[in-house]
Amino acid sequence: MTTTTEPYSRPTTSEGITAFFRSQKAIPYLLLLPAILVILSVVLVPLLLSFWTSFTNYNLTKPDTLYNFIGLRNYQRLMGNAEFWWAFGRTFLFITIALNLEMLLGLGLALLVNKITWGQRTLRTIMMFPMMFSPILVGFQFKYIFNDSIGLVNNALFDLGLISQPIPWLVDGTLANFSIIFAEIWMSTSIFAILLLAGLMALPREPIEAAKVDGCNSWQVFRHITLPFLMPFVYIAMTIRSLDVARAYDMVRIMTNGGPAGRTELLWTLMTRTGYQNSQMGMANAMGYVSIILSIVFTFYFYRKLTAARTFMGGAQ
Amino acid sequence: MSAMTIEKPWQRWAIRIGVFLAMLVLTVPGLWVMLTAFRPNIEVLARPAIWIPQNWTLDNFARLFGLSASQQGLPVAQYFINSLVISLTSTLVAIVIGMAGGYAFARFSFRGKGPMFLAFMLSRTVPGVALSLPLFMLWARLGIIDTSFGLILVYMAINIPFTIWLTDGFFRQIPIDLSEAAQIDGCTRWQAFWKIEFPLARSGLASAAIFAFLTSWNEYALASQLTRTTASKTMPVGLMDFTAQFTVDWTGMSAMAVLIIIPALVLTFIVQKHLIAGLTFGGVK
Repeated sequence: MTTTTEPYSRPTTSEGITAFFRSQKAIPYLLLLPAILVILSVVLVPLLLSFWTSFTNYNLTKPDTLYNFIGLRNYQRLMGNAEFWWAFGRTFLFITIALNLEMLLGLGLALLVNKITWGQRTLRTIMMFPMMFSPILVGFQFKYIFNDSIGLVNNALFDLGLISQPIPWLVDGTLANFSIIFAEIWMSTSIFAILLLAGLMALPREPIEAAKVDGCNSWQVFRHITLPFLMPFVYIAMTIRSLDVARAYDMVRIMTNGGPAGRTELLWTLMTRTGYQNSQMGMANAMGYVSIILSIVFTFYFYRKLTAARTFMGGAQ
Repeated sequence: MSAMTIEKPWQRWAIRIGVFLAMLVLTVPGLWVMLTAFRPNIEVLARPAIWIPQNWTLDNFARLFGLSASQQGLPVAQYFINSLVISLTSTLVAIVIGMAGGYAFARFSFRGKGPMFLAFMLSRTVPGVALSLPLFMLWARLGIIDTSFGLILVYMAINIPFTIWLTDGFFRQIPIDLSEAAQIDGCTRWQAFWKIEFPLARSGLASAAIFAFLTSWNEYALASQLTRTTASKTMPVGLMDFTAQFTVDWTGMSAMAVLIIIPALVLTFIVQKHLIAGLTFGGVK
């Protein structure tokens, strides 16, 4: 603001800026300024760097390659890479299966707990138990429980006489994927259950009573009154979950780290392997962008659904 | 709703059993790990399995802190201190900055409000692993890799959007008339905030703070790449120390898991009511 090379225009704009910052209008921007600065410097600038890097063949061991622009070649190579497509497909499937199952199980649990008249508060506290576990702990816990020689699951099956050979939960490709999905569901079903339970408790009674008087059965009441009312809560939970769905990386990292033989490889584990272990930062950042877009698409989709459901509710009330 | 539908006794029992089984699945895995932390290694590895602990021991914890003669300890005490310092500092700063932002969104209408709110939320969408790649490059160049400061900066940025979301909801719950009345009585807006709105939002802010603390405390993906040594390694990263060896030290890891979970357990318990209210209110209304 002090450099006045253009004596006629500069002072007026700077005066304009000063006047703006002294006015009432500036207050919200000033309040938001620190937040904006932090997000700019710790998220946006790194993302721009990441974007640039994804167009170079940057290798950690050769610092000069950061300026080696190679256009879309990283993305082209990804498109032709079967390993990448497997990881991408698996990640997409993982998110879809996990979110849907968590939603259904959470809804079921919320409906059950809502029917219990005594000790609901205690039940809700118990439901929060898995939410306290960091993903890395959930991963460790199920690595231990699904361990083929000393794990809780195999031990129990042995002692019940159901199996004579240990089941290789984390060593067999299909079973390992099942174990990971199980761990993910264990970790996050509670979020759905708790939010949907809050929704059920806020459910107005009059429409339900009116429907009953009009001769609706329980299923019809659920389908046409309870469920539409719960939908915003479902979308909140979905939005929150899709925001941090990538924390499944921590879990998979400790449980299988993409193994056996890449059968549980997700986009996130493949990315770290490419970037940090193989030093191919350019390629890894290209994958990073694919994963960011995937996350944003999921979150944005549910956020749109949420706003739509909210305005729908606003109109109904 | 439940009062309306008259259930038959078998239905009532089916519901109870269903809830009981669900609670069992939700609690047993975690409790099993906690139990393991207090059992000797021989018992855990025994075949056939020993279900009821015969011997209780604190040796696993002693080993973590190098108090046991049998094995050299890991620098777990240092990891714990790192985790604590990093989580507390980043939370404190994120709450102050986020609260200012949340207040701006709750009380003012200004140009670009909607897109800006969305932009903050979208910044939170970026997966930690993906963000770790450029941050690793950038922090290495700036020389703040493997420092507490570097990680604090990152956790601040992670926690600010969610704090804004929560506090926006909490401030909107407080009737604007209260602060306006105070201003008519001669308070400045600044005074009205500290005397009226801040005390009313305090419990909500506390839960936002606890939520931020837990996010930092539990974070792994970024910390695993941005820390290298005892100078800045946090507890979740330290947990992986055990798997670097050929044999996994189950009891040692369980003991460390207990150390990670206890603060989370206590804090979540305190915050549970506000957390649910905050999440649903911020979203629905």
